[in-house]
Amino acid sequence: MDAATKLDVEAIRADFPILRRMIGDKPLAYLDSAATSQKPVQVVEAMRRFTEHSNANISRSVHTLGSEATEAYEGARAKVAAFIGAPSADEVVFTKNSTEAINLMAYAFQNAALDPAADPRFKIGPGDEIVVTEMEHHANLIPWQQLALRTGATLKWIGITDHGRLDLESVPEVITERCKIVSFTAVANLLGTVNPTSQITARAREVGALVGLDASQSVPHIPVDVAELGVDFIAFTGHKMLGPTGIGVLWAKADLLDAMPPFLTGGSMIKTVTMERTTFAPAPAKFEAGTPPIAEAVGLAAAVDYLDKLGMENVRAHEKELAGYMLERLETVDGLTVIGPRVPIGRSATVSFTFADVHPHDVGQILDAEGIAVRVGHHCAKPTCDRFGVNATTRASGYVYNTHEEIDRLVEALAQVRKVFG
Amino acid sequence: MNLDELYQEVILDHYKRPRGVGLREPFEGESHQVNPTCGDEITLRVHVEGGKVADVSYENVGCSISKASASVLYELVNGSTVDDALARLAEFTELMNSKGQDEGDEETLEDAVAFAGVSKYPMRVKCALLGWMAFKDALVRAEASIPGRTDAA
Repeated sequence: MDAATKLDVEAIRADFPILRRMIGDKPLAYLDSAATSQKPVQVVEAMRRFTEHSNANISRSVHTLGSEATEAYEGARAKVAAFIGAPSADEVVFTKNSTEAINLMAYAFQNAALDPAADPRFKIGPGDEIVVTEMEHHANLIPWQQLALRTGATLKWIGITDHGRLDLESVPEVITERCKIVSFTAVANLLGTVNPTSQITARAREVGALVGLDASQSVPHIPVDVAELGVDFIAFTGHKMLGPTGIGVLWAKADLLDAMPPFLTGGSMIKTVTMERTTFAPAPAKFEAGTPPIAEAVGLAAAVDYLDKLGMENVRAHEKELAGYMLERLETVDGLTVIGPRVPIGRSATVSFTFADVHPHDVGQILDAEGIAVRVGHHCAKPTCDRFGVNATTRASGYVYNTHEEIDRLVEALAQVRKVFG
Repeated sequence: MNLDELYQEVILDHYKRPRGVGLREPFEGESHQVNPTCGDEITLRVHVEGGKVADVSYENVGCSISKASASVLYELVNGSTVDDALARLAEFTELMNSKGQDEGDEETLEDAVAFAGVSKYPMRVKCALLGWMAFKDALVRAEASIPGRTDAA
């Protein structure tokens, strides 16, 4: 790892007008970036400039605006590809979000089940196995669970230890020769665990299964290089990485995309069409039916530029330090229990906790009155909640613009919670 | 943001000392309700006898608003006629949908008027209504099961 330089957090904060907002008479402390990040002026400005100056539909127009829009959209694809170390921009498919990207993968299997000529890697049925983990966001659980239910395949999962880590000892036993696909989270959205991937990917390779990552919580926060990861696909979303909502990414190896049947069909994804038959365009167009999120792609490219300028090693170093401070300070709060790893190693700056018997909704409400925005609830990870015997948690999550002072305010406000409900 | 308005003393009191909590027999109708956004849950039973709500019993997990609301519901409808209970249900639902425009009638709603402030917080209205939705559903089940039945599974 290269030596990281410290982020200039004050300079970064100046780029995010929303961070100057008041909530009532309290300044906003935004600690909910794991749900969605804020957008710097550079992103907002790039989208505005595109909309005011170059807006047009892409691909088919010969007019100036159309070619500018196409260039902007395809430029964004190339930028995203470079950001994650993809060998080719054609391996980057723009989707609506991570959820759609993962569904696109899951439906490749389901659609292949109906096609006798489908690539055998995507053929799935009774006796075959799909593997996820117990710490998935619902986005990387339900598409696979439903695929299993519809095809008769079996869904299996790698469990979680009491420390909030994957139970890697069980990997050889969970991932067997019957496994067709392993899809797991790179960074857990509730627990904050940064999962080691090599052991799982190696085992998947050994048994000839495809393997992919829900990278929604990793691409925004840590350097990601798909070639280095050695996986077949990853999914992530724009709005958690300083970009706009409405755009996500599926990266998959070219030969895989070639073999996969399309998910959504319609405009822009075809080669030829008759009333009876259609042949499909090559990837990525094959998977981008309809007018895509063009201005959003422009915004995502600006977000990638912003993160590149900060340097992802520096982002990771900042968050590692922030995670350490969060854990250290939160552990001093009487009655607070961290759900997830309690040391800042293999850990993101996302910390879930329970607080005495106070329900997270009540915690969140009191914190909001102090200007502090955290997430409360099950964080779309109900099985994780069940694993730790809780109904819901309060979750504070940090990003490039968060400071120690905001963590201090969180800790102080928890005393206020105690006052009301103690 | 005026927190006192949301967390009135009467709400905190019902939260800390819930009335009528626990699942009891006999009952004719039972309902299980979940708030999918936060995972709050309630199981609520209704025992109807001679046109009256003879008992409402419940177990719940949830925030202060949802727990206090179930406790207030118990106090308000337990022992009342089914018709009165349905009238209170309609009144409370209307209060919760008033977006802070309604203060509620203390004569009829008693402690439940304390929830008027909750109606200004759209994210919390569902918490306040969870127990009441369970009551409505359990009552329908109870009334459906009454002819020829004394014990509902």
